Amino acid sequence: MTYDTLIIGAGLSGLAAGVRLAYYEKKVCILERHTTIGGLNSFYRLRGHNHDVGLHAVTNWRPPGSKTGPLSKLLRQLRLKWEDFDLAPQFGSAVAFPDVRLRFTNDFVVLEQDVADKFPSQADGFRRFAAHLDELDLFDADPNEISARQVAGEFISDPLLVEMLFCPVLFYGSPTPNDCDVRQFAILFKALYREGFGRPRAGVRPILKALTRQYKSLGGELRLRAGVKRLLQDGQRITGVELDSGETIEAKNVLSSAGSAETANMLDGPNVDWPGGRPEPGVLSFVESISMMDCEPKDLGLNDTIVFFNDSPTFRYEPPTEPVDVCSGIVCVPNNYHYDRPLDDARVRMTALANSAYWFGLPEEDYVCEKAAWFERMADAACRFLATDFRPHATDLDLFTPRTITRFTGHTNGCVYGAPRKWRDGRTPLDNLYICGTDQGYLGIVGAMLSGVSIANAHLLRD
Amino acid sequence: MTRDDIRQVILDILERIAPDEDLSNITDDVPFREQLELDSMDFLDIVMELRKRYRVQIPEDDYEHLATMQGTVNYLEPKLKDVVK
Ligand SMILES: Cc1cc2nc3c(=O)[nH]c(=O)nc-3n(C[C@H](O)[C@H](O)[C@H](O)COP(=O)(O)OP(=O)(O)OC[C@H]3O[C@@H](n4cnc5c(N)ncnc54)[C@H](O)[C@@H]3O)c2cc1C
Repeated sequence: MTYDTLIIGAGLSGLAAGVRLAYYEKKVCILERHTTIGGLNSFYRLRGHNHDVGLHAVTNWRPPGSKTGPLSKLLRQLRLKWEDFDLAPQFGSAVAFPDVRLRFTNDFVVLEQDVADKFPSQADGFRRFAAHLDELDLFDADPNEISARQVAGEFISDPLLVEMLFCPVLFYGSPTPNDCDVRQFAILFKALYREGFGRPRAGVRPILKALTRQYKSLGGELRLRAGVKRLLQDGQRITGVELDSGETIEAKNVLSSAGSAETANMLDGPNVDWPGGRPEPGVLSFVESISMMDCEPKDLGLNDTIVFFNDSPTFRYEPPTEPVDVCSGIVCVPNNYHYDRPLDDARVRMTALANSAYWFGLPEEDYVCEKAAWFERMADAACRFLATDFRPHATDLDLFTPRTITRFTGHTNGCVYGAPRKWRDGRTPLDNLYICGTDQGYLGIVGAMLSGVSIANAHLLRD
Repeated sequence: MTRDDIRQVILDILERIAPDEDLSNITDDVPFREQLELDSMDFLDIVMELRKRYRVQIPEDDYEHLATMQGTVNYLEPKLKDVVK
């Protein structure tokens, strides 16, 4: 039997692409190497608690029933309802630098006002910058990139404000150090500041469940523990895949969410001429800690949903030489959303840039104690920007590193936002091999799903 | 199918694609775009839904006929006349 499309990876992009293909009666199978779905945004259970791998915030929040914006577009395309994701809006978030703090919520006016208060001379420039970003064609597939910093500099003259605005944006989705393509920036600017953050009460599970339920009810097949070892190549075409087990499966098309370099490595045929050279994996990765708490964080004065902090006027977003960059980071309190009832447990999450090579090279016997040591340093740094040190109330800790990310998702270097070079139209040099997800270019939870949907629509539904 | 049947089919499709839209007041000779929040992805979906349900193929060059309800019904009438509802 030959499939219309085989999808590599049951992360958010692969599942969303699968829903579209199955809905239009394509014969489709998703192949996932891991034992569960979700990829970079999966979930796990540890010492009696349910954890999300990655979910701090679902970006692009809109009030249920909204007719515009990426989230509404996505729900329509997947034939899902607002209740399926059931997003509760955030309390409010902040960008914290040594002497300035900017607040933002799901109402853009709050940020505009805060910019006007803290940077009076920049208020007009900021408004014009935001308006300019609104007018850009975000889905322009032109591979030439334009520096977002350069564009920001044309509107905003105070470098501190530029750094503060870039900090959350780069942290939540830049595949490139210190700067990113202006389209990518504009997508994230809207997703974070204009629209804002929401979270399902039960974390990422309901989102993944809604996708999987929809996919299977439409006849889509999902195979776990089915890693793709090789893409079977016949000249310019892929004829199918070979799994880790040696089994081969035939397909008319293959859509890969494994990453561009990772996908290139699966090709076994004659040399493929990748425009711009063979894809290279990205290098930016993170450590993430989850501290279980014995009380609601807000009872300790931790009232923000997410705090992006940086301890100097300049924000460095690059792989650190130290194992973890403790100059900056993200603190997320998943309890701080307007749920219909409080969560059953409480936690504080922290994220910081990490040096992948260090964590990969660490001998097994040092790994656990290095994790614990770096957690303390991260927390020391973060707590300077919080109302209080939360550690006395922490009852359990889990921390994962770039090594963990690679182990569970296959992304080289534990890379979260993919390679610097994106394949925006989803095409590769091979006729029937396509790329979606992180290396296509739309990232994050909503972005990854939109990526799967867009590439499926563009190439895999029309015949 | 009669013209009324076809109109109802289009309304059903729009209801599926855009469940948050109010479809009760569609004016047949005004473009959908002016009455509903539909983008190019949604238009592709109309075409795809028609193909899925009635196996009608609509070439890309003909999409312009689908701008209004009236245009869509006119365009589909000959193609769906022998289809049983
Ligand atoms: C710590 C962390 C926090 C995050 N926080 C947020 C957040 O708060 N908000 C937000 O919007 N986004 C967040 N993200 C980003 C978001 O999770 C990702 O952008 C998104 O999940 C990417 O989805 P994807 O489908 O592109 O890739 P992936 O999820 O990586 O999907 C790829 C899948 O392919 C599988 N695979 C790889 N190779 C093979 C193979 N050879 N054969 C079979 N299967 C294979 C992998 O196992 C994986 O399941 C976070 C990510 C991390 C790591």
